[in-house]
Amino acid sequence: MATQTAQQAQAGSHLLPEDRAALLRAMLLMRGLEERAMSLYRQGKVPGSFYDGYGQEAVSAGAAFAMAPADRLCVLHRDLAAHVIRGVPPARILAQYLGRATGVTRGRDGNVHFGDRHLGCVGMVSMLPDMMLVATGMAMAFKLRGERRCAITWFGDGSTSRGDFHEAMNWAGVQKLPVVFVLENNQYAYSTPLDKQFAVDPVERAAAYGFSGVTVDGNDAEAMFEATRAARERAISGQGPTLIEAVTMRMHGHAAHDDMKYVPKEQVEEWRKRDPIDRQEARVTGAGGDVEAIRGSVRAEIDAAAEEALAAPMPDPAGAAEGVFGVGEAEPLGDGLAPWSGFATGAPEGVS
Amino acid sequence: MATLTYLQAISAALRDELRDDERVLMMGEDIGVFGGAFKVTDGFIEEFGADRVMDTPLAESAIIGTAIGAAVVGMRPVCEMQFSDFIACGFDQLVNVAGKMHYRQGLAVPITVRLPSGGGFSGGPFHSQNPEAWFMHSPGIKVVAPATAEDAKGLLHAAIRDPNPVCFMEHKHLYRRIKGEVPDGIHETPMTARIAREGSDLVVIAYGAMVHVALEATEDLDGASVEVLDLRSLVPLDTEAILASVAKCSKVVILDEANATCAAGAQVAALIAEHAFEDLDGPVTRVSTPDVPIPFSPPLEQAVLPGVERVKEACRELLAY
Repeated sequence: MATQTAQQAQAGSHLLPEDRAALLRAMLLMRGLEERAMSLYRQGKVPGSFYDGYGQEAVSAGAAFAMAPADRLCVLHRDLAAHVIRGVPPARILAQYLGRATGVTRGRDGNVHFGDRHLGCVGMVSMLPDMMLVATGMAMAFKLRGERRCAITWFGDGSTSRGDFHEAMNWAGVQKLPVVFVLENNQYAYSTPLDKQFAVDPVERAAAYGFSGVTVDGNDAEAMFEATRAARERAISGQGPTLIEAVTMRMHGHAAHDDMKYVPKEQVEEWRKRDPIDRQEARVTGAGGDVEAIRGSVRAEIDAAAEEALAAPMPDPAGAAEGVFGVGEAEPLGDGLAPWSGFATGAPEGVS
Repeated sequence: MATLTYLQAISAALRDELRDDERVLMMGEDIGVFGGAFKVTDGFIEEFGADRVMDTPLAESAIIGTAIGAAVVGMRPVCEMQFSDFIACGFDQLVNVAGKMHYRQGLAVPITVRLPSGGGFSGGPFHSQNPEAWFMHSPGIKVVAPATAEDAKGLLHAAIRDPNPVCFMEHKHLYRRIKGEVPDGIHETPMTARIAREGSDLVVIAYGAMVHVALEATEDLDGASVEVLDLRSLVPLDTEAILASVAKCSKVVILDEANATCAAGAQVAALIAEHAFEDLDGPVTRVSTPDVPIPFSPPLEQAVLPGVERVKEACRELLAY
């Protein structure tokens, strides 16, 4: 089966200037929020450990930008931009890191282990890639009900070694489901490099499951958007799943404690030249956009969010045992925001 | 009211739910065209179609995981593990994804997992287990274990209509051996205990197939008045009913078919020790399967599974205390 190249995916942009700016804004928010959270972690205000997606912002921003309000997302821990795009307010995100009552999980879970159910997102669990199966099940329901919607999920290179990767790929292929699998290949699973993870690039496996695999420059938000938009179109028109391999680099350690001594310095420096935010800023500037104004407004938004989150209360210990079980009629996931201009003008499913 | 076997009662509940609620779908290995390893869904595919009586790949983690995904977007999946033993392969999805979802994110996961359980028919180490305690120990999962045809149907309705993940422990040994009157239409059995027989000298607390062992063992026990309490639900556990029976009888035998350590019966014993110490007139006595895999050959299997004679012996000893 043919593997689509990044160049093909980019041929003919579906983005207006304001979309380009929105993509940049989502990435800047992700980086700025994570930098602020890291700083709060260093100050001892963020409990537990701290994980970020520095340098990988384009993967979640570009892919989530291609999702319509009624689509559903299972988001991984280096994909904060997906939450930003769906509409989770920055103060709620920082409160989540801080373990506050106003965080998305109300202190029940930490870090990027969250999904706002009102915005169509399900938070990840630490067992990877469990969420591939959850996304596959969502897609199964959409297909059974004849709905033109899709599910998307992100997972890492290490995840491809586990059985749930196989079970999800196989199930989605057998049932030809409207699901988009984004393999976030950031070169390392904790300290384990790719050559200890697999003998064959996992994108090649897509063909073995009966659907397309495409390799995309994961540091190019617009390439990610175009590839995901195409995958979504295939999904909702009954052509089945797509595996998108987003090639990127984890620029920080696995978590804050990790000094990355196992990564050659030259590798990091090489990737630093391909920073996804620099790239998108050049595009926005080239299209006449005011990057400084965007940066300024993002900074102000993060400052205000930090102030609000730090003032928010800690959860009440008396409620620690509450909410284990649901009561009453189960309420399904709600719709999220979808800022791409293509959804504002098009059909309900927003495909141009 | 119709007389149904335990298995027919389970089928009837599934059929009623499929007819009543278009969100309900069955998922499992060989449940469609073949009608299931035990024929619980025999004939379903003709009435409801292959989409709603879904023959899945041989992938238990995927059955549970995709059911979770379908549930959070509005479906009401009922998963069949061909044998409860195979839930080991879907354990992670059930325990880590489904069980913790509502607590973490406020998102309900209305899935039912049917688990054909238990031994007594030379199924060997991988077709005879009683894994209910695995899930009792994991927050966020309800666990029910009916002993009668009526409760099999009623608890299955309750499980499917519950907004949480529910493990439905259906005992294979009861499938065709137990019959009973079952009310027509949809009726939910509450997830509470039931007094299977009133008594006052001693109470045997059991669930699932062991309720019948308890009844048989104590039907005529030297004239003693023996109560049998059928737990029906393990999560939630009916603390009130357990303590009421203990207060009334003062002597307790706890019977379960699972391996002894940390079993449901161990939890019941702990509960009684904590809350009913003053009510006891003798040591809490347990009858269960020792901590060994369930062996294949009949004399070995019968040596480990609790039977009528072992229960009689335990009761007599305690009555004489």
